[in-house]
Amino acid sequence: MRRPIGPLEFTRRTWVRLWLLVVFVFLYAPIVVLVAFSFNQSRRNIVWTGFTTDWYGRALNNASLIEAFVNSIVIALISTVFSVIIGGLLALGLYRFRFPGKPVLDGASALPIVIPEICMGVALLVFYARVGWPTGLPWPLNLSSVIIGHIVFSFPFVAVVVRARMEGFDRSLEEASKDLGASEWQTFWNVTLPYMKTGLIAGALLAMTLSLDDFVITFFTSGPDTITFPVKIYSMVRQSVTPEVNAASTILILFTVALTIIALRLQKPSEGIG
Amino acid sequence: MAKNGVPIVRFENIHKSFGSFKAVDGVSLDVPNNSFFALLGPSGCGKTTLLRMLAGFEHPTSGRILIDGEDMAGVPPNRRPVNMVFQSYAVFPHMNVRENVGYGLKVSGVPRSEIEPRVEEAIEMVKLGPFADRKPDKLSGGQRQRVALARALVKKPKLLLLDEPLSALDKKLREDMQLELVRLQQEVGISFVIVTHDQDEALSMADLIAVMNKGKVLQVAPPWDLYEEPNCRFVADFIGEMNLFESRMISAENGQARLDVKGVGLVDVPWDYPATTDVALAVRPEKMRLYREEPELGWVRLPGKVAQVAYFGDNSQVFVETEQTGRVAVLRYNQSRSREEPYRAGTQCWVAFEPSDGIVLTD
Repeated sequence: MRRPIGPLEFTRRTWVRLWLLVVFVFLYAPIVVLVAFSFNQSRRNIVWTGFTTDWYGRALNNASLIEAFVNSIVIALISTVFSVIIGGLLALGLYRFRFPGKPVLDGASALPIVIPEICMGVALLVFYARVGWPTGLPWPLNLSSVIIGHIVFSFPFVAVVVRARMEGFDRSLEEASKDLGASEWQTFWNVTLPYMKTGLIAGALLAMTLSLDDFVITFFTSGPDTITFPVKIYSMVRQSVTPEVNAASTILILFTVALTIIALRLQKPSEGIG
Repeated sequence: MAKNGVPIVRFENIHKSFGSFKAVDGVSLDVPNNSFFALLGPSGCGKTTLLRMLAGFEHPTSGRILIDGEDMAGVPPNRRPVNMVFQSYAVFPHMNVRENVGYGLKVSGVPRSEIEPRVEEAIEMVKLGPFADRKPDKLSGGQRQRVALARALVKKPKLLLLDEPLSALDKKLREDMQLELVRLQQEVGISFVIVTHDQDEALSMADLIAVMNKGKVLQVAPPWDLYEEPNCRFVADFIGEMNLFESRMISAENGQARLDVKGVGLVDVPWDYPATTDVALAVRPEKMRLYREEPELGWVRLPGKVAQVAYFGDNSQVFVETEQTGRVAVLRYNQSRSREEPYRAGTQCWVAFEPSDGIVLTD
């Protein structure tokens, strides 16, 4: 005898299962095709002619692609460091202090999350033109305009993640630390920061992922000789979509997925903390 | 070591306001050396604020706080010779027991060679030896409490502050910890100041209890005095149960006062003070007796009917609706296993008490 389906056992209903399948196909079919055709022997992305890993070799030997990749990594690393510092301090300040205009600052600091990227890109472009931001600087200083743009849109994400973490913080931990003889600084370093740590790491990985695959803002703020990985792929696609582009994209997907998984893991309440 | 003759804590006319709310309203209080001192009162009475002022987390709006004779104005929490056990224990979650206990010594710059033996000694003192390498999330509530105690005591403070330390523990564990705290206080020989709203806790642990209400200290006395000789209605009612009979004092002379107890009549009680007018005669439920028939005693006797019985196992609280003065609570010890409870709801009975067991309260 089959057990009757309980009220909350949604996944045992056939139509729910079918619906789930459709959703997953819709979400992931394009990516699966992209990855599959990166192993296609044919130059064209239409017919499957045989398996090869040559395109990965081609992609990794393409000097301008590698240069773009290195640029992307450097931009991501530097903007992440600054985003974590600015976002972490913002979160701490908003958590800790009460001051006039706090709700305004709270709302304003989240604005870069909701402003359409295209607007942000145009705004930054206009801003750099207006202040006469120097161009043609030696590497890596020529990346500065892109890095600043990336910091602007990623630090609010760090702040959001860290604030969520701080909501569960027991303030008497700080009082206990001071009561036991620690100064403000010792308290921050030994008690508050270790608690913030998982939030900071998760925020950092988020900022890094956002920076690595950002196209719109980078497109508006980068000069001709500061191509990043997503921008480079875009220019390659404009000529023709070869499996080399598929291979390069697959590498980027793997990279960002790995970072996201680590970020999600760290956001879970880990043992010993919280 | 604390200085001789100086109380370890002296509050001098302390006021503390949060906006328009007066949390502490003119408190002057001494905590003697080597004592177990309880601040007792309902929530919002200002007891925790007083404690936090001792620790340095709050500052009095006016008045002075002296710890061991030294004015604490402007001294930050990390420079005060006191340590605190927090209500939430505030055990550092990312450190194990040993690191938690050693934290205060480390940040104060105590040499490493000295830290280790002191930490081990403190861990032994609270019997946490087998758990020294565990993180707090692998400890029970009672064990975390012990970590908080060891962490505070290892700093050898002149004064230990405890903020509702037992409120999160279950009844059995709470009773064990009460005995444990008293043992620790005698062992380390410093004053403990404990904040509690639990009168049983205060009565069983403290040598001296200050009862607070609405920011004021109403009475400071040892447990017996507080229970048997409360100085006002609030204290009488807050500590234990109390039956209050509104009365008028008619005369007072030769250590006796004659009261006209409302609904009862004239009662003579011991009274060594000048005569006043409106008073209350207060009688504890365990000082009252129940009888089936009118007893032939020279006591105050009130006929009535049992309205309700609250059974606690070792005793029962019997509420009698009397004809003259309304509801009266009487404590009966259940000294027999007999199921034949003679006083059930609806039973006609008599309540009697000896006038000298009553307390005359003037305000």
